[in-house]
Amino acid sequence: MPLYFRTLTELADQLAAKTITSTELTQAVIARTKAVDFQVKAFNSFDEADALSQAAASDTRRAAGQARGPLDGIPIGFKDVIAVAGQPLTASSKMLANFISPYDATVTQKLKQAGAVCWGRLNLDEFAMGSSTENSAFHTTRNPYDLERVPGGSSGGSAAALAAGEAIATLGSDTGGSIRQPAALCNVVGLKPTYGLVSRFGLIAFASSLDQIGPFTRTVEDSALLLRAIAGHDERDSTSFKTEIPDYRAALQEKPGPWRIGIPKEYFGEGLDPEVAAAVQKAVEYYKSIGCEIKDVSLPHTEYGVGVYYIIATAECSSNLARYDGVRYGHRSKEAKDILDVYFKSRAEGFGPEVKRRIILGTYVLSSGYYDAYYLRAQKVRTLIRNDFLEAYKSVDVILTPTSPTPAFKRGAKADPLAMYLCDVYTIGVNLAGLPGISVPCGFSRGGLPIGMQLIGQPFREADLLAVANAYDAPHAWGKKTPTL
Amino acid sequence: MSSPIELNIDHVANLARLALTPEEKAEFAQQLGDVLHHIEQLSKVDVSQVEATAHAFPVYNVWAEDVAQPGLPVELALQNAPAQRNHMIVVPKVME
Amino acid sequence: MNYEAVIGLEVHVQIKTHSKVFTRVAAGYGQPENTLTDPVVLALPGVLPVMNKAALDAIIKAGLLLGCEIAPICKWDRKNYFYPDSPKNYQISQYDQPICVGGRVEIELPGSARNVMGEHTHIALTRIHLEEDVGKLNHFAHDSLVDYNRAGTPLMEIVSEPVIRSAEEAYAYLTSLRATMIYGGISDCDMEKGQLRCDANISIRPVGETRLGTKVELKNLNSISFVRDGIEHEIKRQIAVVQSGGTIVQETRDYDGMTGTSQSLRTKEMAHDYRYFPDPDLMPVKVDAAWKARIQTECPELPFDKQRRFLTQYQIPYTLTSVLIWDRALANFFEQAAKLCGRPQAAANWIVNDLLRELSHAQVALADSKVTPAHIAELVALVDSGTVTNNAAKEVFVDMAATGDKPGVIVERKGLKAETNADELEGWCRESIAANPKALAEFKAGKESAINAFKGPVMKAAKGKANPKLVDETLHRLLAQA
Ligand SMILES: [Mg+2]
Ligand SMILES: [Zn+2]
Repeated sequence: MPLYFRTLTELADQLAAKTITSTELTQAVIARTKAVDFQVKAFNSFDEADALSQAAASDTRRAAGQARGPLDGIPIGFKDVIAVAGQPLTASSKMLANFISPYDATVTQKLKQAGAVCWGRLNLDEFAMGSSTENSAFHTTRNPYDLERVPGGSSGGSAAALAAGEAIATLGSDTGGSIRQPAALCNVVGLKPTYGLVSRFGLIAFASSLDQIGPFTRTVEDSALLLRAIAGHDERDSTSFKTEIPDYRAALQEKPGPWRIGIPKEYFGEGLDPEVAAAVQKAVEYYKSIGCEIKDVSLPHTEYGVGVYYIIATAECSSNLARYDGVRYGHRSKEAKDILDVYFKSRAEGFGPEVKRRIILGTYVLSSGYYDAYYLRAQKVRTLIRNDFLEAYKSVDVILTPTSPTPAFKRGAKADPLAMYLCDVYTIGVNLAGLPGISVPCGFSRGGLPIGMQLIGQPFREADLLAVANAYDAPHAWGKKTPTL
Repeated sequence: MSSPIELNIDHVANLARLALTPEEKAEFAQQLGDVLHHIEQLSKVDVSQVEATAHAFPVYNVWAEDVAQPGLPVELALQNAPAQRNHMIVVPKVME
Repeated sequence: MNYEAVIGLEVHVQIKTHSKVFTRVAAGYGQPENTLTDPVVLALPGVLPVMNKAALDAIIKAGLLLGCEIAPICKWDRKNYFYPDSPKNYQISQYDQPICVGGRVEIELPGSARNVMGEHTHIALTRIHLEEDVGKLNHFAHDSLVDYNRAGTPLMEIVSEPVIRSAEEAYAYLTSLRATMIYGGISDCDMEKGQLRCDANISIRPVGETRLGTKVELKNLNSISFVRDGIEHEIKRQIAVVQSGGTIVQETRDYDGMTGTSQSLRTKEMAHDYRYFPDPDLMPVKVDAAWKARIQTECPELPFDKQRRFLTQYQIPYTLTSVLIWDRALANFFEQAAKLCGRPQAAANWIVNDLLRELSHAQVALADSKVTPAHIAELVALVDSGTVTNNAAKEVFVDMAATGDKPGVIVERKGLKAETNADELEGWCRESIAANPKALAEFKAGKESAINAFKGPVMKAAKGKANPKLVDETLHRLLAQA
């Protein structure tokens, strides 16, 4: 297996054993990126010299016996919504096409501290709004398993780059499924941590009460390793939670199960692709075969998830994106003659159609006379959705569902926004309830497209969730299968 | 589906400081009409006894002590400015 | 028809903290442009706010000082509107759950004369909430320049009920509110630095009418006198409009204190739709009894309470108290001097007349004064004991304000000790009585104060150095024999 397709865990061991160097590994990743990214188009930008100098620094540390742990020297790609000082931060928007971040996100600081090589800026749906990465203002990222198909979104670049061997792990962000759905579509593991486990400081906000940064990896074990490095309370994020961060990787072995696994009937109804249903069913059978108890559970308010989500997420985004006004930074219209022009025209030129649509919807649901009917009601239904999960957890340890109703769809197939919004039907509830969710590869369609299943855990119990996921992933290791490019 | 009469797209676009073309207005009105129609189903839910969730895991009194920390040097603060003069951001003349 | 005005004031007071309200970069005034910023102040992509504990302490203190109810739980909302001085294009504020509810500000209306205490009353408050300040726009011929140093400074918005009836009351309200904030160490309230800013909502109605008229919001009232002038001007304007058959339009007007005129900024049709919603980036605040109790121990006595105490405890005239109470440090200075010398009125006189004059001449703040309460006490004792005359004491005061020397040292240095040769003094007294038979007759007839007429010539003869106490005693003795 070429270096760029190995797992983070393997590479960490090889770096520790000094059988490879970070420079060799980083060079391999760079070469691979240059060889395939013209097809995959996962990257918005990368800084080869900077990556190599980070790698050299890592090798120097290691030679001096000062290696900082398993991530030291590992090239990790960043969704282009996470700030890295001195690097572009574009959100795949014309609005920020020339923006250079003067500061590091907290996760960036943590990864730098751990010695990781901060590698490349990964494409996404503009401002993380979308499920296909077709909404990027720069280019459409392709699914490495079928270049005519989408990689999912919004973290499509993060999923596709990893699947194509253009990074050893990547970071994404998930507001309504934006890590899990592309992970499922690209045959990688994608984890959305509990809201508040990972600091959002330095993550470009889409919907503040739902956004969470998380890792894309080839295996659940890698996910455990990377999560530990980025999790933890941060004084700069008031919504980050004070909780002990365990050694998630060690916990994979310490928690052998068996578990009680809940299957919510609402997630297996109309609209679910039969091949996806069959693959997920096979995973359920596997869990049964290793002694897990499979139980039916009900999440009765599931059908309201998409509606609640599109009210809350758009309301928050309409306010979060008000700062992109062409005044202090970002795109300013050349046509602007007065201050109102600066606002109206810069935003008209700087934002793409999906962002505009959501700003309009979000502004509307908050506007005078509509707040109670939309936003307040949505916040209340959100409570009911959350209570559904908490009720289910009285009888099960985790909940198992499909991640996406279908495998990767063709580019341009979902021109209708509502149809696109319904892609997130299985992932949205997790964000609304603030729970951790992980998508784990669980097979391929007859057409060779990856399929993922979602495991949903209890708040701040990522150690349990990862252990359950690993019990399936370790023996199957679908994520180690690579696409032909 | 027709657009709901309430969504006055000109008014909302004005609040959002977003210039829309006539085509965008027509398209958005139709698309958002569909979305709002989907959202309508929330009105079926009885929420009279339900508290709103503002935070998934609310905690109280998250703050920092009042100790000043260094900020950004002015050059870095203005490095992304579309227009600057005398260490300040330039905008077209604002009439108050 | 007679009209009455109905006025509500919205006062913004900057809270004095080291760092900003939602990030820890330094807060301050007068620094070079855009040097008090960080990614949070500039609202760069990805940043998040974190509350400042000291700002919460300060607003709770303000609430306790003004008798507000401190809400057990309050939260943060976003007020959305676009303006180039507002980096996020929303202001973090408090909408439906402010931290302080109710409360009142005690005011004193002008008395019938300068030395007569006016009527006291209370102006009810609706609420006080915490929010963040915006940056500053500097206007030039063709463009405007934005400085974000002020952006994110903690700001209290103090909203009164619409119960203020005149420009005079508004003036008294602001004076008292400002003193309270300064007393509490909450703000310096320097209006020139924008640390206290006031908007007024003004309407008029026929006397006897109970419904409210259409209100006009008056903005940019940037000194306490401009508040008074602006309100007076607006009331007259509204009455003139109504009397000439017009109707008042609900609008926001900008008052120009320099020209004494106002002009419309926007009408109701252009009013904002702020789209308030709870800020998902900040957690709510819970204030318990222990927190309130701790802040309560830091709450000082308020000016009017102090005044009432000074009047009864020290028996000093109203006019002196009304000077002393508005400055907490000055009031403390007085109390120390009064305690040291046991002569409150004399101490108060020296402080109000001489100390304040010398400080203002030298442009020195009380905190930097070379004159201490001990100096005042020593000087009072020197006068009382007859060691120096009143006139000489005035000279001593000027000297000690400049040098900081003790009064006794100055008296020695300048040779200002009163003349005490009893024989010489008796001779001057006899001459003075003999020279003024008219005053002698009056004194004999029972007019005690006629004695003062003999003192001038004695002092003149003594070249001002006669011990006044001895002069008084000697004159009394001789007059009794005459
Ligand atoms: Mg207000
Ligand atoms: Zn305000």
